[in-house]
Amino acid sequence: MAKIAAVIASTHHPFYLRASTSTGADRPPFADEWVAKIKAFRETLTRANPDVLVMVGSDHFHQLWLDNYPQFLIGKAPYYDANYYNEEREFGLPRMFLQGDEELSGFLLRQGLDEGFDLAFSNELRVDHSVTCPIITLRPQADLPIVPVYTNIFAPPLPQPRRFVELGKAIRRMVEAWPSDKRVAIIGTGHLSLELGGPRQFGPHGPDPEFDRKAVSWIAASDIDAALAEVTLDSLWLPGNATHGFMDFMLMMGVAGENVKADYSDSLDLFHTMEAYFTWYPTEASS
Amino acid sequence: MSKYLLNKFLFTIDRDPELVERYRADPRGTVEWWENERAPVILNCPEAERSTWPTFTDVEREALATHDYVKLFELGSHNFLLLTLFIALFERDYEEPLAFQREFAAKLSHWSLPYPDIST
Repeated sequence: MAKIAAVIASTHHPFYLRASTSTGADRPPFADEWVAKIKAFRETLTRANPDVLVMVGSDHFHQLWLDNYPQFLIGKAPYYDANYYNEEREFGLPRMFLQGDEELSGFLLRQGLDEGFDLAFSNELRVDHSVTCPIITLRPQADLPIVPVYTNIFAPPLPQPRRFVELGKAIRRMVEAWPSDKRVAIIGTGHLSLELGGPRQFGPHGPDPEFDRKAVSWIAASDIDAALAEVTLDSLWLPGNATHGFMDFMLMMGVAGENVKADYSDSLDLFHTMEAYFTWYPTEASS
Repeated sequence: MSKYLLNKFLFTIDRDPELVERYRADPRGTVEWWENERAPVILNCPEAERSTWPTFTDVEREALATHDYVKLFELGSHNFLLLTLFIALFERDYEEPLAFQREFAAKLSHWSLPYPDIST
């Protein structure tokens, strides 16, 4: 059976590439600290020596649209082109090209459907910065095949937070049941408190530092009960109008397991949002 | 209310560099052309298999034609689409990084929760 090499949950910040590669007067004062934290975080994946990456993220109205919007979708394609003109325009992200793993995609789709998740699929998916940001931060050589898992944190009506947790638990079980000798890293990115297109956007820090503090402690301890006790689809509007991306972190807490403490956790208070980075190394006992 | 159609306008303009420039230079003309020619096109269907019913309300059409992003926010257009397209339209006119984004926030500062409903 496949082995889970690492479980990684992270914020994704589309400005990282530009900040980390800028020089001179263009280089923001926080860039060096940010780069140092990312390099340390990257080492947690490198050390796990994965063969394939399951990448949990969310399309930002690039390919998925309101005429036909899936709640949860798995890419099943041999290759994925990545990033879009408007991401190049706004964030300076390059066009990228990633290999797929159709066998694992097909296995997750079949098992997921049989476990009660009516997963949508795509045989031609152009992934966006929710997948490429963690590639850039964690595996910049972009040399490993991926299986994209997209969630709807964006276009109401959304699935309930509990459903994200359940899907995360199912992904963990399914990967562990995959008849393969490969080492799989499961990586998911979301957001802490975040406001985009509203009155609280682009402040000196995230719109709700108190939520961020609690969220980081929930994730680091994978305290699913505490998170589910406080987080609802309605409550997520309070910390910021783009905070439903926190549900991707809740999915990753499901992957990590109930009350399994992260082996690595770090954060960085940036302008307009807090960055947070977590890695778990599953052991036989916890899996 | 045709929030879906507002979002469809923002979405289809934002993903096309030529339409971004056209909407910046001639908002009223672009909205009029788009409502007649592009609003009925179902994005994943052949162009001939059009919808027959989508139209803007007068208020929506005027908000788009005047680049009035405060009104578009109030009409419940999707916050992410709205911000992304308006950054593309106007960020270039500001010298300081994020100055447009902060002005956008300031112009909405009379809003507190709950914000207008973005569900479609």
